[in-house]
Amino acid sequence: MEQTGQPHNVSIENLDVFIEANHILKNINLTIPEKSITCIIGPSGCGKSTLLRTLNRMHDETPEVRISGKVTVDGQNIYAPRVDVINVRKKMGLLAQRPCPLPMSVFDNVAYGLRIHGMRNRKDINQRVVQYLQYVGLWDEIQGRVKSSAARLSVGQQQRLCLARGLAIEPEYILGDEATSSLDPISTKKIEELFLKLKEKYTIILVTHTLRQARRIADYLIFMYMGEIVEAAPAEQFFNNPRCQLTVDYLSGSFS
Amino acid sequence: MKQFRIIINKFVRQTMLGIAVLSLLLLVVIGLTLLVKALPVIKEHSLWALLTDSSWKPFKGDFGFLPFVLSTLHVSIIAIIIALPVSLLTAIYLNTFASKTIRHFFEPAIDLLSGIPPVIYGVWGTLTIVPFIADTLAPHFVDYSSGYSVLAGGITLSVMIIPLLISVLIELFRSVPDEIIHASLSLGATKWQTVKKVILRKSFPGIIAAVVLAVSRAFGETIAVLMVCGNMAIIPKSIFDACYPLPALIANNYGEMLSMPNYESALMLGALLLFMIIVFFNGISRLTLYHIEKRFQM
Amino acid sequence: MRLDLKKKEERFFIVLMIISALLIMSFLGFILGTILYKGLPALNLDMITKLPGGGFYLGKEGGVLNAIAGSLMITVGSVIISAVFSVPLVMYINFYLRKGSFFSNAIRFSFDILFGVPSIVYGAFGFALMVYLGLKASLLGGIISVSLLIMPVMMRSFDEVAKLLPHNLPEALLSLGSTKYEMIKVLLRQLMPALITAVLLSVGRGIGDAATVLFTSGYTDNIPTALGQPAATLPLSIFFQLGSPVEEVQNRAYASAVILTVIILVLSFISRYFSAKYSKNKI
Repeated sequence: MEQTGQPHNVSIENLDVFIEANHILKNINLTIPEKSITCIIGPSGCGKSTLLRTLNRMHDETPEVRISGKVTVDGQNIYAPRVDVINVRKKMGLLAQRPCPLPMSVFDNVAYGLRIHGMRNRKDINQRVVQYLQYVGLWDEIQGRVKSSAARLSVGQQQRLCLARGLAIEPEYILGDEATSSLDPISTKKIEELFLKLKEKYTIILVTHTLRQARRIADYLIFMYMGEIVEAAPAEQFFNNPRCQLTVDYLSGSFS
Repeated sequence: MKQFRIIINKFVRQTMLGIAVLSLLLLVVIGLTLLVKALPVIKEHSLWALLTDSSWKPFKGDFGFLPFVLSTLHVSIIAIIIALPVSLLTAIYLNTFASKTIRHFFEPAIDLLSGIPPVIYGVWGTLTIVPFIADTLAPHFVDYSSGYSVLAGGITLSVMIIPLLISVLIELFRSVPDEIIHASLSLGATKWQTVKKVILRKSFPGIIAAVVLAVSRAFGETIAVLMVCGNMAIIPKSIFDACYPLPALIANNYGEMLSMPNYESALMLGALLLFMIIVFFNGISRLTLYHIEKRFQM
Repeated sequence: MRLDLKKKEERFFIVLMIISALLIMSFLGFILGTILYKGLPALNLDMITKLPGGGFYLGKEGGVLNAIAGSLMITVGSVIISAVFSVPLVMYINFYLRKGSFFSNAIRFSFDILFGVPSIVYGAFGFALMVYLGLKASLLGGIISVSLLIMPVMMRSFDEVAKLLPHNLPEALLSLGSTKYEMIKVLLRQLMPALITAVLLSVGRGIGDAATVLFTSGYTDNIPTALGQPAATLPLSIFFQLGSPVEEVQNRAYASAVILTVIILVLSFISRYFSAKYSKNKI
């Protein structure tokens, strides 16, 4: 990865997102600190997943979505004209809500990203795949089964496979869209531990559906409601000393 | 009053059940009827002999089906070779790349293409493709071609099966879950890479099924091929030779067959062959397509 | 550098795709254009208002009213017969049988196969049936064979929509205490646009098919007045006229082709209109 002198972070300015006539995100302004875990929380339908998906331009795939504003990643506005969406997505690894292995073997799943980005040397690919399968703790669990279909793994293993697949192309940011919501507690714990390990190298932005998870792993929190940011603060301040009444109500569970 | 409602309800249910059972039997009834009609000629010549003999002389009692079977095969294979790449590319384009406006423009056109009657395709084929082959294309390759040929049949058929192929393929691509596609895109794959390595791969069995479906449609097409193939009961040696597909044989000879022994039976055997081949192919490919649909509906 | 390559590859294939799509569009244009170009000059009012006169097949005056009328009669008759069978069938498999039951799947499967059975086979079967029943080639024979041909078209197209009807509607009706039959009547009203689309689709299929009627309906220069009389059809009249060595007759074949094409176009536009209307109702 080339290291530029640019600030290594994500900032959002005056972002508005519409889906057809619905104003989904309203005037979002944010800066996300690097090498830490930022959790976006809020009741369902508040726009947190939409916000996450603006960060790797996945909305490009839905023609109904209209976006205005600026999203700056490493000093570059990713919505500027002539920006290569492929590079944006390579840089922003996305872990989806449900694990979604591609219809191929475990090995090929991880190798897929490498191959599409032009890696051809078998040895390099092999080495990289093993490295990341080991990193997510899957290598030891499935020893010898890397050539079998990824669909045969348990859901928890599949999600770690997806993480390995995303990491293998060496992104700089990791986006998680309720990445543990379909997993059992033990698999969830494993993924959370991985996130804690990963934040030393990556900037991690997670949409999370449980407050408890946010308490366990977040360094920063962003609380959204009805398409707007209500409060954004470091974890400690957010949980112990929230500024907005809405946040207090949400944290006390009066709505969710 | 209440009783009456209940009785009507019961009556309707029974009638519907009856219709349902009848409709299930229809395939069997068609098959058996054709078989009974075809039996005399099969008894006399044995099925194997009929299928491998290449001499068709009804006046002498020779009923060799080989020229017709081969003609049908040649014409259908040419049709699918032309139609498949074009349909595949168009289906991918409409499913993955085209904007909504473009899709709204194309879909009625494809519907229309599938609605055009075979006889119109036949007229078009005789007006454009046949002379094109006779005057422009064939002289480069052979001494003489009337234009009424295997190639003319293949080209005409290819246009006829394109709408079927496209609609089955689009349906198929649509059934690939968005999640998988997004997973690939979010890794930074281009759309084309995603198409090539994920969508096509995932729908490969379905594509085969679609091809089989289209080929069996081509097998059975009658009037259009009758009009452009030239109808000579010989085994074609090149694609510029005339040929005589099975459906055309049946259609062409119905009027005169009653006077000759076994002629009707032989033609019915032709219909039976078509029926069995098509039921078999359709059955396999439909089952494959159901299976795919079910697997994706989670 | 690599990156450039995969972008180039994608662009190359997009260009190929657009070419394919345009090729298909141009086929449509080419076909319609050819038919109109050849047929329009020979088209006149006589063609659609007159029966073939004496010497018609030598190029003298007359029209193809016999074929138009015959085609309409056969199509209307067979659409009615096929609707009588396919409407109850669709209602039965969707609202009486359990969703995904073996019986309903078997019926859908068999109709998918019947849909693929070529029209020449329906013609041969219809002919065998008529011989068995002692019928001559006639309007009735044509109607029976064509209804077999279009039943799968109608059934599948109608079923496609009926399958998607939200299941709370039947439940709501049943919970009001209606019998299943009364429920079906309400649902049918709801599904009317889909039924119309299905009917139009099968009319198109029925009116354009030649191989089915080739030996089941016969051919005549008159308009049939009874079910037992032979009936001419438009596709066959095109086919026969085109086989004539006389140029005027051939030109009339092209004109007849224009008539058939226009009928198909009109049907297609109407069915577009109905299906568009239906999808609006759904949202």
